[in-house]
Amino acid sequence: MKELVVISGKGGTGKTSIVASFATIAQKKVLVDCDVDAADLHLVLAPRILSRNVFIGGRETRVLPGHCTACGKCEEICRFDAIRFDGPGNGIVPKTFRIDPLACEGCGVCAHFCAENAIESKPSQNGEWFVSETRHGPMVHARLYSAEENSGKLATLVRNEAKKLAEEKSLDLIIIDGAPGIGCPVIASVTGADFVLIVTEPTLSGKHDLERVFELTKYFGIKSAICVNKFDLNIEMTEAIDAFAKDNGAKVLGRIRYDSAVTKAQVMGASVVEYTSGAVANEIKALWRNVVYEMA
Amino acid sequence: MKVAIASGKGGTGKTTLATNLAIMLSRAGEKVAYLDCDVEEPNGHIFLKPNIEKRETVYLPVPVVDQDKCISCRKCEEICQYNAIACMGKKTLVFQELCHACGGCYLVCPTNAISETDREVGVVEDGHAGPVGFAHGKLKIGEALSPPLVKAVKQRASDGFTVLDAPPGTSCPAVETIMDADLVLLVTEPTPFGLNDLKLAVDMARQVGSLFVVVVNRSDIGDDKTRKYCDQQRIEVLAEIPNDRRVAVCYSTGGLPIDGVPGYADYLLPIVERILGGAR
Repeated sequence: MKELVVISGKGGTGKTSIVASFATIAQKKVLVDCDVDAADLHLVLAPRILSRNVFIGGRETRVLPGHCTACGKCEEICRFDAIRFDGPGNGIVPKTFRIDPLACEGCGVCAHFCAENAIESKPSQNGEWFVSETRHGPMVHARLYSAEENSGKLATLVRNEAKKLAEEKSLDLIIIDGAPGIGCPVIASVTGADFVLIVTEPTLSGKHDLERVFELTKYFGIKSAICVNKFDLNIEMTEAIDAFAKDNGAKVLGRIRYDSAVTKAQVMGASVVEYTSGAVANEIKALWRNVVYEMA
Repeated sequence: MKVAIASGKGGTGKTTLATNLAIMLSRAGEKVAYLDCDVEEPNGHIFLKPNIEKRETVYLPVPVVDQDKCISCRKCEEICQYNAIACMGKKTLVFQELCHACGGCYLVCPTNAISETDREVGVVEDGHAGPVGFAHGKLKIGEALSPPLVKAVKQRASDGFTVLDAPPGTSCPAVETIMDADLVLLVTEPTPFGLNDLKLAVDMARQVGSLFVVVVNRSDIGDDKTRKYCDQQRIEVLAEIPNDRRVAVCYSTGGLPIDGVPGYADYLLPIVERILGGAR
């Protein structure tokens, strides 16, 4: 079984549009959306949810104001500046401590050291994950609740579930839509994968972000290759990306033109190759053939 | 006054808006700092071309175990929520890259076998782009934890106006960026992906309790559902910027469209006026 991950460094370069087209073309695969805090692949693939599951990723920690003696130990030991001294009074002290849920990282250290057992810390539900069926095969996806943490944990979880599903159904390929950036959810999406396709665009920002995300794949020892989306926006920059690839022993597996059909397809809830048979679709198909060849 | 520029979806034009606004505010005679809080993929420097004057490495304290003092009681393993420390037989191992630096193991160890050492998470670079103060963070490659670096960047806020350029998404690094902003601009584009991620960003902003407005970029592509959503939710659309290939080309070479594309600055004027009005 092979795992292909599509990432970009920079956001908005066209990862999801390309993955949706791959989903249309590829046979015998499981689709995964690892961009758990801004997932979009479902908007094109219109999954029918077969199972809905809770994601318990972190801890919800709160001060029980009735028990707090305002000793200040929690404030002293919290490394995340999450303790506020503005909780309600309780007859013993006029003000109690309170935990700001947005700053809290759920480490539970305050609860452990509170001499009055006045802090409750329990596992919390941070999101949901789904196993679904789409017109192009099974899909595993998730939704991290807004302003939550643990996106990496959830990305790892959906990947593992996809592997199980692929084994059950004897499917030999997993296609993963990754998150932008190079941090927690991206690392969770790429570690241990077989092949990473980096989708970039011919802008200074795109190239800069490509360089960082390429270094990340090297750091983790994962084979990666590049695709330049909207290549005709700036040919010189596209050539500069080619040069970067050459200097770093990476391959550019495809160039895809800027075409308003990409947005129109999205509005119609279709993948680009479903929506049009024009040049842009042919370029995506050629890219796919190259990816398959390189991955083998 | 702090203004954060955020979006659920990437590539909607956060950095273009943030850098151009910073320059426009500065040209209006205001004291401005631009802080690039997208520490995973910072791009603001490409457009503002600052002189970097200072460079500071940011560290997190992570545990080291003195195996001679360790009695394998597993208390550290029990308190750690991140599976970053584990007792394997007589040895206690630390998985540094999983550590969130909460200090729990260090505090709980009964034999003082745990001390803390520094793990580099990235650097913050400080400087100026003309009169505009500039700072950005660069997350070390392979490092998962970006919020501590975002915090370090935010310490460079100006006592005048501070423009915070947020990372995409709606999880911890984006929340860390917008947390204490006086105004949050949510940048989107009127496409299904843009709208879906705008809704998530609105959820985030509401949860944080931010005052926020929407800016619709490339406002003439896609469909009218974004506009309808904003009307229905009574969310103010402060500016709509039409799609213009010249802006994209200008952006591709690191140019500022307020200087390179005639008429572009006019679209940003309502935002500048609101920011200046908000400070008074």
